[in-house]
Amino acid sequence: MFNLKSEARGFIAHGVSACAGCGMELIIRNVLDVLGSDTTIVIPPGCSALFCGFGNETGMKISAFQGNLENSAAYATGISRGYRAQGNDHTKVVAFAGDGGTLDIGLQALSGMMERGEDVLYICYDNEAYMNTGIQGSSSTPYGTSTTTTPGGKTVQKKDLLGIAIAHQIPYCASATVSHIPDLRKKVEKAKHVKGPSLLHIHCPCPTGWGFDTAKSVEVCRKGVQSGAWLLYEYENGKIRVNVKPKELLPVKEYLMLQRRFRKMSDEQVGALERAIREQYEKLLEKEE
Amino acid sequence: MAHYKMLDGNTACVEAIKMAKVKVVSAYPITPQSTIAEKLSEEVESGALDAGYIRVESEHTAMSCAVGAQLTGVRTATATASVGLALMHEVLNVASGCRVPIVMPVVNRSLASPWSLWCDHQDSIAERDSGWLQLYCENVQDIYDTMLMAYRIAENPEVLTPIMVCLDGFFLSHSMQKVLLPEQAEVDEFIGEYTVNNLKLDPEDPMVIDNLIGSDEITEMKYQQAIGFEKAHDVMLEVFEEFYQKFGRRKALVEGYRTEDAEAVVVTLGSMSGTAKYVVDQLHEQGHKVGAVKVVSFRPFPAKELRELLSGIKKVAVIDRTTGFGGEGAPMWVETKAALSDEYLVKGYIAGLAGRDIHTGTIEQVFRDILASDQAGEKPVWIDCNTEHAMNIREVNKYV
Repeated sequence: MFNLKSEARGFIAHGVSACAGCGMELIIRNVLDVLGSDTTIVIPPGCSALFCGFGNETGMKISAFQGNLENSAAYATGISRGYRAQGNDHTKVVAFAGDGGTLDIGLQALSGMMERGEDVLYICYDNEAYMNTGIQGSSSTPYGTSTTTTPGGKTVQKKDLLGIAIAHQIPYCASATVSHIPDLRKKVEKAKHVKGPSLLHIHCPCPTGWGFDTAKSVEVCRKGVQSGAWLLYEYENGKIRVNVKPKELLPVKEYLMLQRRFRKMSDEQVGALERAIREQYEKLLEKEE
Repeated sequence: MAHYKMLDGNTACVEAIKMAKVKVVSAYPITPQSTIAEKLSEEVESGALDAGYIRVESEHTAMSCAVGAQLTGVRTATATASVGLALMHEVLNVASGCRVPIVMPVVNRSLASPWSLWCDHQDSIAERDSGWLQLYCENVQDIYDTMLMAYRIAENPEVLTPIMVCLDGFFLSHSMQKVLLPEQAEVDEFIGEYTVNNLKLDPEDPMVIDNLIGSDEITEMKYQQAIGFEKAHDVMLEVFEEFYQKFGRRKALVEGYRTEDAEAVVVTLGSMSGTAKYVVDQLHEQGHKVGAVKVVSFRPFPAKELRELLSGIKKVAVIDRTTGFGGEGAPMWVETKAALSDEYLVKGYIAGLAGRDIHTGTIEQVFRDILASDQAGEKPVWIDCNTEHAMNIREVNKYV
């Protein structure tokens, strides 16, 4: 055990056991910095559970509950309703889950939470596979990605989380990424003041699972935005606004080649992904108008 | 003043939940529990119950919401049955491990497969080891009373263990009976306000609940849960006595009927217990010295009380409304057998699966068999089941 000489400035401890270069740590430090202490967070088992700590040590200074993998939205619902039933209408209840806990096993509970209009902020940090258990493919793993359960590369596209959230017509949802921190913080700030369900879908670089140098997390994510592999937009009161609009998308290859997880993609597959990305981007721009 | 009302078992649960002043309800409909989910929503809608109602999308979420809400410091309510309880299984263990004293009616129904809508105890007995107390009810008044007492037992600081109040699907859930309901003030005085005695989610006094723990700590925390079950035994006796003093109805962990000079008894659980008493009376008229024993608390199992009650009664028939596949007997038989010395003849019977009626003839058959038995046999007896050529195409036995 270390004897710390100073308190951590935010709500996350100085040192946590995330892998070097993990985007999730950057995300949660910023999220909690914006949300403040009047927050209760639900974290499922998975990478983010490290913030709950081990044994009698914790990595967070706010009230938190470590739930099960599939029911973060459900626990958050109960907590939110418990506070509201006691007249506490101010504490922000947040679920902070990965893509597996959100788009695979947790989708039903999330859908129920959004449909009922629960006063919960749901954050999905999307590192695009089951990283904590050893880089297995999820429904949020992109087309062409090699994982330990898609060794030949994934043959289908990733699920569209914001599309699912928008289909529930919730007041606010947005995508964000660690290469655009001011944008991310602005979106957390907006979500903080929403009464009802809100959702943030945050691209979370994972050097271990994606196969890149641990110093390049931000660079990889920036290339993701520039190539259109990760689109930054928000849906607010029924309207879509695209926050970053590259005039010309970079060839997706520039994003893919930085990461070993795409190494098995053929030129045809890269071309197919490129076309899908461009089509998606154009559709999004149309929706904005 | 206390007053009489005609209620079915499900409505008796709702009345008790309402009078316990829960603050958050999360319920998902499933036969035969559905009217609990419906009536609770009506009570919230009308304002009779000042609570939030979460129209959840599954039983898994129902239990998760109850755990989350109760951790903030309010009493919650949910209810389920059958496969709904099975779906909750994962979260049942979270509720008990986090010492969240939720009170939940379980409307007993068979587990798929094959599908059945009707009563047996497979659903709740399958949750034997999920860390919940389990009380079984005999009639509708018993359901109401047990629910009230359940809050006191589960929430006791020395117990802090969630509790299932089990009522037989349709036999009790949909059976209208006359129930004496106390006044709200009396219930308030008996149950009291909900106070958190352990883990609490509170942004002003932050706590991280339920993180990853090492095996040493977990062993000791599990031992603490075991102590909770031991304490529950004593607390139940206190609460039963207090309830008797206040409301005049007596309850015990295990109840004997005409056991004083009995040569043989039948051990039962749930609604079949009333039938067993009726048959005992009939057989007494025919000169048979028989008695009935109703197990009220399956968890904790009242082995000591059962031993005392059965002292000197050498023939003990145990009826299980579950199968206990692959064991030497079904769960109730196993518990009873373990509680008694080898001098007792403890014979297991399996009956009443998937709503098959445990009628007077069933109980009578059990008594005649045990009275004529010198040995327990190696396997439980499947009542009214055609066990010959079991794997051939044949006519299924029908009870009359």
